[in-house]
Amino acid sequence: MSTSSQILQCIFTGLTVGSIYAIIALGFTIIYNATDIVNFAQGEFVMLGAMIMVTLQTVVGLPVWLALPLSIAAGAIVGALLERLAIRPLRQASILTAIIVTIGASIFLRGVAMIAWGRDAKVLPPFTKSGALFVGQAYIMMPQSLWVLGVTLVVVVGLMAFYSRALVGKAMRAVAINRYGAQLVGISPSRMVFWSFALSGALGAMAGILIAPITFAGYSMGTMLGLKGFAAAIFGGLGSSAGAIVGGIILGLLESFAGGFVSSGYKDAVAFLILLAVLFIKPTGMLGGKAGR
Amino acid sequence: MAAAANGEAILETVGLTKRFGGLVAVDTVDLAVWPNRITAIIGPNGAGKTTIFNMLSGVLRPTGGTIRFGKRRIDGAPAYVIARLGIARTFQNVQLFEGMSVLENVMIGRHTRTRAGMMAAALGLPGVAREDRTARGACMEALAFVGLAERANDDAVSLPFGQQRLAEVARALVAEPRLVLLDEPAAGLNTHERTGLAAMVSALPERGITPLLVDHDMDLVMDISHDVAVLNHGRKIAEGPPRQVQSDPRVIEAYLGEEVATC
Amino acid sequence: MARKRTTHIALAGFGVLLLVAPLVVRQPYYQSIMVVIGINALAVAGLNLLMGYAGQVSLGHAAFLGIGGYASAILTVNHGINPWLAILAGVAVTCVVAWIIGVPTLRLHGHYLAIATLGFGIIVNIVFVEWRGLTGGQSGIAGLPELRLAGIALDSHLRLYLLVWGCVYLATIATANIQHSRAGRALRAISSSEIAAQTAGINTGRYKVQVFVLSAALAAVAGSMRVHYMSFANPEPFGFAYSIELVVMAVLGGSGNVWGPVVGAGAITLLTEVLQPLGKMVRPSGAELHVPAFGLILVLMLIFLPRGVTTSLALLTQRLRGARRAG
Repeated sequence: MSTSSQILQCIFTGLTVGSIYAIIALGFTIIYNATDIVNFAQGEFVMLGAMIMVTLQTVVGLPVWLALPLSIAAGAIVGALLERLAIRPLRQASILTAIIVTIGASIFLRGVAMIAWGRDAKVLPPFTKSGALFVGQAYIMMPQSLWVLGVTLVVVVGLMAFYSRALVGKAMRAVAINRYGAQLVGISPSRMVFWSFALSGALGAMAGILIAPITFAGYSMGTMLGLKGFAAAIFGGLGSSAGAIVGGIILGLLESFAGGFVSSGYKDAVAFLILLAVLFIKPTGMLGGKAGR
Repeated sequence: MAAAANGEAILETVGLTKRFGGLVAVDTVDLAVWPNRITAIIGPNGAGKTTIFNMLSGVLRPTGGTIRFGKRRIDGAPAYVIARLGIARTFQNVQLFEGMSVLENVMIGRHTRTRAGMMAAALGLPGVAREDRTARGACMEALAFVGLAERANDDAVSLPFGQQRLAEVARALVAEPRLVLLDEPAAGLNTHERTGLAAMVSALPERGITPLLVDHDMDLVMDISHDVAVLNHGRKIAEGPPRQVQSDPRVIEAYLGEEVATC
Repeated sequence: MARKRTTHIALAGFGVLLLVAPLVVRQPYYQSIMVVIGINALAVAGLNLLMGYAGQVSLGHAAFLGIGGYASAILTVNHGINPWLAILAGVAVTCVVAWIIGVPTLRLHGHYLAIATLGFGIIVNIVFVEWRGLTGGQSGIAGLPELRLAGIALDSHLRLYLLVWGCVYLATIATANIQHSRAGRALRAISSSEIAAQTAGINTGRYKVQVFVLSAALAAVAGSMRVHYMSFANPEPFGFAYSIELVVMAVLGGSGNVWGPVVGAGAITLLTEVLQPLGKMVRPSGAELHVPAFGLILVLMLIFLPRGVTTSLALLTQRLRGARRAG
């Protein structure tokens, strides 16, 4: 493959994967802004979205346009359950406790998925069936990638609209900016926390459904995706939605180029090396975000 | 401040400033604290008193100005270095260590006067236990001085607030500091406790410890301080002996003016 | 002090128990479980100092076990070095790595600290997998020689049990020593209020790095024991999953208690063993029931019993004793 087509492929792969990281990073950001907690179970929302979609589509036989919203709703429900059952009871516990609780929740969900779906990777058919896209002689990407990019764009625009127009969205922003002030004007922070978990669950599920046709769907897919999404969020600035998106895209591109030109084995390390570098040099990330607690 | 007749200032700040973004919390404050005299910093709420303490103890970094302890510049030095040099402090909101007894809390105060490290402790070297025993003696003495000897083995945070304050004072004193910063030591104490505290603080200079206090309690400050500096909106507006400061019209305006303004 | 005597008695009792146990438990299968518990307890002993006493967190501790283990494997198999020297070298290398990564990492707090240790653990595991020339990649390094002590080969479960639990015993004594010492108080102060600790003259940065390195050293020894016990080293046991298992053991066992590591390691290891046959009933290929079980344990522990089993028991007895005295 010529270098220019290799570069082109890296760009498209990077943008595709980066969009997924961006959506996952947004999930982290939403919860962090509402609660100061980092939800390590975010990756499992991704996995569950994909797995439930697989079951609905291939086992139950539902068409895509029906299975998709149901799977996303399932993600939202899991997020809400997590908040009610694991986060709410913690009350005034320290941040570290909350982190470890979400880790516990994450391995619980993963374990349950393994029991429910087994170890084999499942195949999720892409949204539209058409051939791969080529530029000249070189294979650039699957059409699913276009779906990923397109949906990501819609998600981003949708979230922006949600935060600036919808009452719930504005209420969530208010809680993030000034919890006490929001309470004074009648917003219930605990309800906003609930909704932020539900929203993150839905976003995570969406990300899983988008990426599964390209990579695979299996009980273990969530762990790495979640961690890399988190790395992207930190990279862009934890607490900043714009940062999450920018961080995700750049991380995806860097990873893709590292995989293509340096070594595919060490590709996974890129995200974490960047993570450590950001934490050691400027923990608030590229676009600032809230000062670390 | 009371003049050069007293010799070298033990602590001196020149142009001390702290900015938080656009807010100037402390504005070019010059202070001098003289050894073995009791100095107080007073001022209405938000005048910048605790911020100054945080800079003096190394918890905050000054934005400008210098702090000298004896001959040594300490502005910007890490808190543990400043503690080692001989400055101890108490906190406005009492930072006793949880999960530890009163005695253990005070033993922490003795940290700078002891040496045993982690490896020596792990190996159970004999000197470690010996040093601990000696330290414990000094700590029980400090607890006796503040009147808490019988509560030594009680859980520190289970003590009533006034006694927690005293425990914190004992923790600060046991380091044998040259200068002790007392941040609102009387806050939350009843009359009886306050009298006890006043007597305690007054007894410090003859033990070679110079107290610098910040407090709201006018009576306490006027009774025991030798020198007083008054802050308002981050700036020093008056200084001198208590009587003089008390009748200074700028000081009266600062306190009364604030009350009028908050109507 | 009465407290010290209780600890001495408990330690003596513990020693007796350790010596008696293999006489009572004879089947090799159960003896091997005891060895595994011991290895885990040793690793958790280090983690306990870091998390339970100093209030920090390490979500990548398996990396340190791996570095110690691989050092042992590489030096003994590929370079023929005496296994004991290799273990020492492994500890030394791990300490250096822990120091280098610890200095910048321990400046962080809360979730930044957690994720930094997590990232470190993942990177190290990737290196174990990818640096095939050094580590043998996924297949790892096989054929580790047995350890020999005074001419006797430590090749049976019993002998390894004695070695491993001997180390655990020493680590427990060291923890008991540190706990009530100046250094132990400093660590606990850091855990409670770093600022107040600093103004009392404690160089918190240095103490945190020190305890981090110490915990890594203990992990390295445990890792070396493990690879010698298995006679081979591969990346799989030194990954994220094991790091989290160690955290579960530490949390369950009890933070800031000398017996926490043994209790936590014992409970979790036994639970894993018990859940295995159950898992086969659910799915013949083996459902890893222990995974969701650990998750559930973590969540429930932190909600209802955040201090862990041993510490909560200790607090309870203290309160009962206090009530009896007052009553």
